[in-house]
Amino acid sequence: MLDLSKYQSMGAALRDACEQFADEICLIEADRDRENHRLTYRQFKEQAEPLARALQDVGFRAGDRAAILMTNQSKWLISAYAILFCGGVLVPLDLKRQPDELWQLLRHSGASVLFAEYKMIWRELSAAAGRAAATELRTVLVTEAPPNADLAGAMRWDNTKVDAQPAFTPRARQDAACIVYTSGTGGAAKGCVMTHENYLEQCIALTSLYPFAPGMRYLSILPTNHAVDFMVGFFGPFICGAAVVHLRTLRPEFVREAFTKYKITYVSLVPLLLKNLRNGLQMRFDALPPAKRKIFNGLVAMNKMLTKNRPHPALSRRLLPQVHTGFGGELRSIIVGGAFSEPETLQFFYDLGIPVANGYGLTEAGTAITVNDLKPFRADTVGKPLPGMDVRISNPDRAGIGEVTVRSKTVMSGYLNEPELTARAIVDGWLRTGDLGHFDAQGHLHLVGRKKNMIVTEEGKNIFPEDIEGAFDSLPVKEICVFAADYIWPRRSMVGEQLILVIHLEPGQNFTEELRRGILERNNRLLNFKRVHGFVVFPDDFPRNASQKVLRDRLKERLAILDRAAAIQPL
Amino acid sequence: MRTAEQTTEEVLDLAARHFNAAPGSLSPDDDIFAKLGIKSLEVFELLSRLETHFGVELPDDELKDVRDFRTLAARIQSRL
Repeated sequence: MLDLSKYQSMGAALRDACEQFADEICLIEADRDRENHRLTYRQFKEQAEPLARALQDVGFRAGDRAAILMTNQSKWLISAYAILFCGGVLVPLDLKRQPDELWQLLRHSGASVLFAEYKMIWRELSAAAGRAAATELRTVLVTEAPPNADLAGAMRWDNTKVDAQPAFTPRARQDAACIVYTSGTGGAAKGCVMTHENYLEQCIALTSLYPFAPGMRYLSILPTNHAVDFMVGFFGPFICGAAVVHLRTLRPEFVREAFTKYKITYVSLVPLLLKNLRNGLQMRFDALPPAKRKIFNGLVAMNKMLTKNRPHPALSRRLLPQVHTGFGGELRSIIVGGAFSEPETLQFFYDLGIPVANGYGLTEAGTAITVNDLKPFRADTVGKPLPGMDVRISNPDRAGIGEVTVRSKTVMSGYLNEPELTARAIVDGWLRTGDLGHFDAQGHLHLVGRKKNMIVTEEGKNIFPEDIEGAFDSLPVKEICVFAADYIWPRRSMVGEQLILVIHLEPGQNFTEELRRGILERNNRLLNFKRVHGFVVFPDDFPRNASQKVLRDRLKERLAILDRAAAIQPL
Repeated sequence: MRTAEQTTEEVLDLAARHFNAAPGSLSPDDDIFAKLGIKSLEVFELLSRLETHFGVELPDDELKDVRDFRTLAARIQSRL
């Protein structure tokens, strides 16, 4: 592994990694059972540096911004390398956003270059309104465009390569490396400006607990624009000379096959995928004949006992070969991120000898704040602060519960063009996370709720209730409001978070089946992860200020008096 | 060669069986995710089953914008 403490920028570290690990496998890209290509670090550099030169030839300079809109694939990382080599600022964008949102973000970020997949995004994006607003955007490079495709002013990625050498552009640790967008209230995404130091320090901390090395292979499934995959599916493995495996499909049978075919060492999943994986395994265990099942359960119990204090990968693989062979026999850990996992699921995998690196983080703090150190494994917490992380509970109550605040070299420099928002988020050098938690005697952090009216789904999506109220505006009632149920009635848990619709009927109006159908119809028009799970009929006028805006905090206080189970009517 | 209607019926039947929905409870214009109460990642298992049944390959990128059974069936039909 490179000594990152000696580096000023990600670009310099990546450049040196390509030299130091020149003959190691760097990238494998497969589509279903077909391997598209396999690159060593030398070959990766031979593809990336001409692209960097092409960027410089179109006037891309230090501090300029370039966005990437691609599925997980080798060209994502090659483009990222080229941007950072030129001293540019990388803007990773989420493919799942709507075209109008993407144009807004391209405008907001000031990106002058965009790398995009043709079929997955550019075909649709280029036809959508909003392009004119992205005034800084001068160059669009598209990948995998069919020969006769209308490129709408874009250039083909494959045609940009030139033979001349690019000039490496050094950057300082405090310079911006990436602008990472995260969801905010009112539908407005916030651009977290992450510095080179943020990533260098985060990488040092994470690899101290979960090290990579040449020969190890990381299966990249979470989108690479996500903070977790960007770190453990790009920067982390690269600076250690490990390989990243990209699959161009998320079909379960090919994902399963990839584990055995490529002998995967690490993989990152969102809690929903982890739960699905558990359900699939459980079904297989349940289908075993009774005698075999009894033996298997006995071996799991033995593994659990022998790994009580720390993991013993070799021992677990010998005890439960049928499980580990199915994962390729080399899997060290599953990294779970984006949302919170049920302790039962984490324990299920640990008992099989597969530790899950469960942690807690937010984009603003640079990937992870705490993570399970496996000394011993704890399924009931989000782990201890990573090295270099100063984590405190602000204004704790008598139970020690308060807002989690963080001070660290990994905390962003601020929100792009939002000084007031930044000043509210980072106070005296401490990042206010908006999450509530407490530390136990062993120094593990327990998260118990949020100060914010929001939920995070099992797929890792942040949902702000205010943003979906519009879907219910036309409901024939006096007034409506949407809340995160746990924001009103804290449960001391952060899994299974749900939204509820609060309605106040017109004077003399009764709640009818027709009204219930009206709620259901509107709810079903929302994307599945934005739907409300139940409703509350509130008997009085909502408290409002002089400009008729609902006073949510006061309404919340009124609702909190009610019994949660009795008040929420399921849909 | 199946007709478009036959393909749609078979898609509805397989989806209902895969997600334990009542037979005949799904309609061609239903929103796949809303009707079945599934998340986007869960639909991949159904797609694999459909590929096996129809003997076609459905690339992930061509299904990005598919939300209802009729469109899904049309994409399959175009590959038969």
